[in-house]
Amino acid sequence: MVFELYVEIGRVALIKCGPNKGKICAIIDVIDQNRALVEGPSIKDGVIGVPRQSMRFKHLQLLPYTIKICHTTRTKKLTAAWEKSEISKKWMESAISKKLIASERRKGLNDFDRFKLMKAKQKRQRMIRMCMGPMPKK
Amino acid sequence: MKCRGDLRKYVVVGRELPNPKVPVPKMYKMTLYAPDYVTAKSRFWYFTRQLNKVKKTRGEIVQCDRVFEHGNQVKNYGIWLRYNSRSGTHNMYKEYRDLTSCGAVTQCYREMGGRHRARANAIHVIRIEEVAAEKTRRPPIKQFHNSKLAFPLARRVNRKLHTPRFTTARP
Repeated sequence: MVFELYVEIGRVALIKCGPNKGKICAIIDVIDQNRALVEGPSIKDGVIGVPRQSMRFKHLQLLPYTIKICHTTRTKKLTAAWEKSEISKKWMESAISKKLIASERRKGLNDFDRFKLMKAKQKRQRMIRMCMGPMPKK
Repeated sequence: MKCRGDLRKYVVVGRELPNPKVPVPKMYKMTLYAPDYVTAKSRFWYFTRQLNKVKKTRGEIVQCDRVFEHGNQVKNYGIWLRYNSRSGTHNMYKEYRDLTSCGAVTQCYREMGGRHRARANAIHVIRIEEVAAEKTRRPPIKQFHNSKLAFPLARRVNRKLHTPRFTTARP
């Protein structure tokens, strides 16, 4: 099994646990086998930042984006590199991000919303079956 | 001492109480790592009475202040310690990578407990120093001194597979 995502300086990761859950950050330095020093810049268009802190690899999910930085870069340079690589934009457009947003919405549904969802699903299934019906069976 | 949570750095200054023999006693200062200021003062007396002829009953603490450390850069710490094992007492030099010296000392206590079954009360941290990367001695620390360091996170096990083991809600 070939590994595709490596922990390296500049690797972008998603935080899975803790108060910063759901935010993305960059690995600025590797502390040791279990921890990395991470920071997620605050971008103007509403992307909330992650303050510089140590984070366990167990709480991180590596993403297929990297930025070009030196170890322990200052926040300003980090933000500049982050914006240059358009990480926020790529992340917002990625499938994982969209799935996370959708699952958050799903958790926040009330009973009426779930009823509406059920009806919408039924309607969709009906449309699909109507198309499937006249298709020739093999 | 019990190494509860993360240790904190304290500077404790104490002296024996002024008495007719010694009207102005010497002050002794110690930088030590303890879970709280109560333990810090206690450890101060523990060490001071081993080295000087003064006990808590005949002395006073002049200052016990916490030293706050802000860690935004990874540092290599060398810790010289002395610990009592079941059959003797030994000196050790250990190295850790951490953002603060408190974190490094906490790591040290945990490692001593894990590797040598040494309890916190049996460990004396003699000295802790920030060590430059070239001067580090231990391979597990030196391996991180690589600007092009890259490693995969292999074998990512889902630790929450059985929490909950049975449920009525679809995951």
